[in-house]
Amino acid sequence: MATKLGRTIIAEQPFSWKTFFLKWEWLLVILFLGINVMNASLSEYYLSGAGLFNATNSFLEKAFVALPMAYILVLGDIDISVGSTACLSAVMLAYFYNLGVPMGLCIVICLLTGTICGAINGLILTKFTELAPMIVTLGTQILYRGIAEAMLGDEARGGLSNVKWFSNLYWGKVGIIPIMLICFVVCAVVFGFVLHKTFFGRRLYAIGANKLAAEYAGIKVQKIRMIVFTLTGTFAAVTAIFLAARMGSTRADIATGYELEAIAMAVLGGFSTDGGKGKFPGLILAIFIVGMLRYGLGLINIASQFMLVVIGALLIITVMLPNIKSMFKIKKKA
Amino acid sequence: MEKKKFDWKKITGSREMSLVIVLIVLCVFVQIRNSSFLTGETLEDMFRNYAVIFILALGMMCVLLTGGIDISIGSTLAFSGMAAGLVMRDYMIPTPVSFLLSMAIGAGLGLVIGVVITKGKVPPIVCTLGFMNIYRGLTYLIAKSQWVAAYQFTDSFKNFALTKYLGFGIVNNMIAVTIYCYIIFFVVMKWTTVGRRVYAVGSNAEAAAVSGININHVKMGVYTLMGFLCGLGGSLWTSLYKSAQGDMATGIEMDVIAACVVGGVSLTGGRGSVVGVFLGSLTIAIIGKALPLIGVSQFWQSAIKGLIILVAVVLNVLAQRTMDKNNLKRREM
Repeated sequence: MATKLGRTIIAEQPFSWKTFFLKWEWLLVILFLGINVMNASLSEYYLSGAGLFNATNSFLEKAFVALPMAYILVLGDIDISVGSTACLSAVMLAYFYNLGVPMGLCIVICLLTGTICGAINGLILTKFTELAPMIVTLGTQILYRGIAEAMLGDEARGGLSNVKWFSNLYWGKVGIIPIMLICFVVCAVVFGFVLHKTFFGRRLYAIGANKLAAEYAGIKVQKIRMIVFTLTGTFAAVTAIFLAARMGSTRADIATGYELEAIAMAVLGGFSTDGGKGKFPGLILAIFIVGMLRYGLGLINIASQFMLVVIGALLIITVMLPNIKSMFKIKKKA
Repeated sequence: MEKKKFDWKKITGSREMSLVIVLIVLCVFVQIRNSSFLTGETLEDMFRNYAVIFILALGMMCVLLTGGIDISIGSTLAFSGMAAGLVMRDYMIPTPVSFLLSMAIGAGLGLVIGVVITKGKVPPIVCTLGFMNIYRGLTYLIAKSQWVAAYQFTDSFKNFALTKYLGFGIVNNMIAVTIYCYIIFFVVMKWTTVGRRVYAVGSNAEAAAVSGININHVKMGVYTLMGFLCGLGGSLWTSLYKSAQGDMATGIEMDVIAACVVGGVSLTGGRGSVVGVFLGSLTIAIIGKALPLIGVSQFWQSAIKGLIILVAVVLNVLAQRTMDKNNLKRREM
């Protein structure tokens, strides 16, 4: 591709085993293996095919929103409204289903709701570039959940599990592989490919590294931000579909805290909140680490409150680790 | 004469003034719909119930001024309030000791956050996201998932939120504490080197470092201060609701950040004032108090709150743009 432009730039460093093994991803691989060994020693059924797929199904619906969240972090932005967007989308789905709208159309409405929510975020952020994404998405976070609350009050809308094919989205399997896992793998591959192998992905990194320089280099920064925020809304709706399929009913308080979990997954995977950093394999590993850890702690019946402590500590310590290394280096020099 | 005129223009053109106008319009509108709004009783009730948000917004302002953010405040508040509540349940300590204990615990928790952010170089949002989970989990663990119920508190502690001895018999204790905090912060942030250092770090960290300010100390200081105020808030909260629960103050960080942002504190650091924070908190309080009064269903409240936050920040930007344009025009002339 590069030769097309008339010149080649060799930015890649020569391969060396030392840098290869000092990569962030290896730390994650070790963590991942450790957690799996722990889980396997806790339950003899864990390492069977069905056991593993049970484990992945327990958290994967949240992971859909972590994929575009990684894009947002690469841009140096943040979106804390995804939980509310997912909630509103699921509420819309259940609301229209109970009005007698066929399920296929309900799913379209759900996806549309998420996309519009994301587009509103993007529109405000690109029209008023002075505003920090944190505060705009904080506002929309309250707004979207507020709309969901206004629609349902404290009631629940159920009956979704009457549509067999819909609940099969979560509970169904092809052979022994859950349908949701297949969907996730497809999405993850597409997201990873776009981020690492296309112009669009390179532009994301360019914007995250230096917004102004990217703008001067002819990248339409605001257009790309708009696309990414809208995409995030859409995928929040995808999360909502799987969540609704899992539970069979929705309330206005579902999907609370999903935004933080998605951010935690992305940050653990090596994506910095400052932008321009992170690789997709890391994200996938981090998703499985957090999910499997939760599942494993659930296996040995550890209180969910203790799980909060473990996940919080894991997040901070892993982000701190490389810095501790550099801290010692500086001390040695001085 | 001319100088006075200039000052007047400066006041009317400021962000705070536009917020005051919005607030007045809001109050008049509510008052027309329900005449019980602007009475002493309702207002006292409002300030009492929102005292914690008013106080936390001050700490949050300092954190935001340095360019950081703290989303762990709800958990810090819960932990320190719960810890002090448990000690009171088991040892029946006097009220002031309980307050001091809670504040000390809060400051300690805040210091830990500050150290991790400055020494561990963890981005503030990631760090406080982690500690939000950790402190919340620890709150449940130390309490063994139980409550501290009303009968387990001493009478003097429960009466703190009802009596007026700190307010010289005029205003409720909760409101009095809020007022003292605002006076202290106003003076410190405006007229002391400590306060100016916080602004300096936020507006240009490099320049601040060159001019001899220890940035890490200032940052650690603001997170410790935030934790300290959370501890105070924890005591106020438990005495107001007469119970300490593991899930208390969940999500309060969003209200507090919203109060700061509506009040004109910039999330990129260096801009914001105590007066603005007061007005921002007042906006949040009035929305929360007035909407039920004019018959808006409680389920609509968060939608309206979210909308108002969005409108407020967008209006802020528009005001800033016209201000900048006017400044440019003046230069051309």
